[in-house]
Amino acid sequence: MIVQTAKMALQAVWGSKMRSFLTMLGIIIGVFALVVLVSLMQGSTDYIAGEISDLGGSYYTVRIEDDHGQPLSLDDLDTIMAEGLGSAAPLGQTYVIGKNGRTSDSFLLYGTTAVYSAIHDLRVEYGTFLRQSNEDNHSRVAVINQNAALDLMGTLDCLGEDILFNGIPFRIIGILAEDDGMASMFSMQDYVAYIPYSTVQRLDPSVSSDLSSFYFSAAPEDTPEQAQDRLEHWLRERFDQDENAYSIADNTAIEETMRSVTGVLQTLLGGIAAISLIVGGIGIMNIMLVSVTERTREIGIRKAIGASRRIILLQFLLEALVLSLLGCALGLALSWITLVVVSLASGISSYTISPGVAVIAIVFSSLIGLIFGLYPANKAAGKPPIEALRYSE
Amino acid sequence: MIILREICKRYQVGEEMVYALDHASLRIRQGEFVAIIGPSGSGKSTLMNIVGCLDLADSGSYELDGQSIEEYTEDDLARIRNRKIGFIFQNFNLISKLTAEENVELPLIYQQIPKRERQKRVKQALDQVGLWNRRQHKPSELSGGQQQRVAIARALATRPAIFLADEPTGNLDSKTTGEIMDIFCGLHRQGSTIVLITHDSGVAAQAARRVHILDGKVTEEETS
Repeated sequence: MIVQTAKMALQAVWGSKMRSFLTMLGIIIGVFALVVLVSLMQGSTDYIAGEISDLGGSYYTVRIEDDHGQPLSLDDLDTIMAEGLGSAAPLGQTYVIGKNGRTSDSFLLYGTTAVYSAIHDLRVEYGTFLRQSNEDNHSRVAVINQNAALDLMGTLDCLGEDILFNGIPFRIIGILAEDDGMASMFSMQDYVAYIPYSTVQRLDPSVSSDLSSFYFSAAPEDTPEQAQDRLEHWLRERFDQDENAYSIADNTAIEETMRSVTGVLQTLLGGIAAISLIVGGIGIMNIMLVSVTERTREIGIRKAIGASRRIILLQFLLEALVLSLLGCALGLALSWITLVVVSLASGISSYTISPGVAVIAIVFSSLIGLIFGLYPANKAAGKPPIEALRYSE
Repeated sequence: MIILREICKRYQVGEEMVYALDHASLRIRQGEFVAIIGPSGSGKSTLMNIVGCLDLADSGSYELDGQSIEEYTEDDLARIRNRKIGFIFQNFNLISKLTAEENVELPLIYQQIPKRERQKRVKQALDQVGLWNRRQHKPSELSGGQQQRVAIARALATRPAIFLADEPTGNLDSKTTGEIMDIFCGLHRQGSTIVLITHDSGVAAQAARRVHILDGKVTEEETS
């Protein structure tokens, strides 16, 4: 019976295509607005989040506020790593003049250890990053960025050659991959070199072996929360259970803040779009009411030949449901096309219909079809057959 | 088998109570062909609505096919109309969006008859009124006589206890009236019970039994 009634509902909708389409227009636009707005918002959020995490995986910056007379040293970082908490690397920096033959320019020199490249996701294009042995031997070796290689050395093929930092020769053991995306936006300095921490202390006495800060990233098997807990536990123990002796900053905090802000915006936009869906539902109700009046005779005939109240109710309810779901399908199709066009035009591949919002659109459209179809359907079902039969068109 | 006993139906018109049916009694046996004759406003339509279970009487009793039609709910009445009554109306009352075939099939769908059986019955009914070759036509593509034949087929297909025809030839010319009456006579010969409501004495003359109705009162005409 439901199948037959659904067929009749489809026939009725299909029978007057133009009117059905105009009736559905409200739902089409509502679904379109909801899906496109939310998907664009979500796509943009994902894109920006992706850019942020490209700046380096998630790492923590630990700052020592009060060392209780027991300053942190490189040995402490080794202990952290030996205890399996994660990777820890110091960063000392100084400005020097780099020189090769006749060309010279200002360099930002970072002194660090081997694990730094893993913490910050640094990619080395040619050669290798610093090694533990370089640190132990206070080796004069350097990893330079591509700009420095091209401009000062004149070629990317300069591994093994020497570069002078403040007159002291350093052997080039690696060249970094070219920075991409947002990462390069933040580096002001054209020329950058990484050398062992123990070596940078010799170039600049202000870089102390007492660490005031270091970088940390979690062991791969730990969740960020676990890693942070374990690190804090270790730090409290190290500094006489003083929670104010250190501070831990998290680079994922930026991403989280952004996600929560865009989450609120997304809900807001979704809410506004949902209102247009409700307006679409009212449009369906109006047309259904007109349709019930127009089809009074038909309702009378159906009742005379034996349609019960329930069947007439079902028929009109299904018609409203077909209208709203068809409108929803057209709205989803239109959204899909729009998002494909937008992602082709912008080159950002994360603009796709998010399944969550599609499900919400479908559920919401069905509810609207049912709720706004109920009143006209009930009106149709309640018509007394004799009066309905007498109704003249 | 129809037994009406002391049926009353009243309407309030302003201050006054008007009897559309005034203690009307009528008995129609299985296989009878009865014409109910009366001028307009005599209570014909009210009688037809009550016999057709479209309306309930205010008082009196009505028994259809051994079933007493009293204090039924709307849904019960719909089921009785669906299974026991075959309506044929003056203005045909076909659904304009549906083809002849679909119109005939509709009451069978409401009876929840399986598709195969439905198709068989639709073909039988349309064959009997000679319109099987016009089954794909919409009512607007058919002549008045053809539309009335589709309506008769729709009633036929449900195999009702009675055919209830309300001025079935009222909108037709004399030639098609003859055709339609031939179909009714044929149905009567096959043993169907037919109640024909009309104001046309020529049409009524073809029925085996004639009942007059005037001011809500039913009187039997002596059959010769």
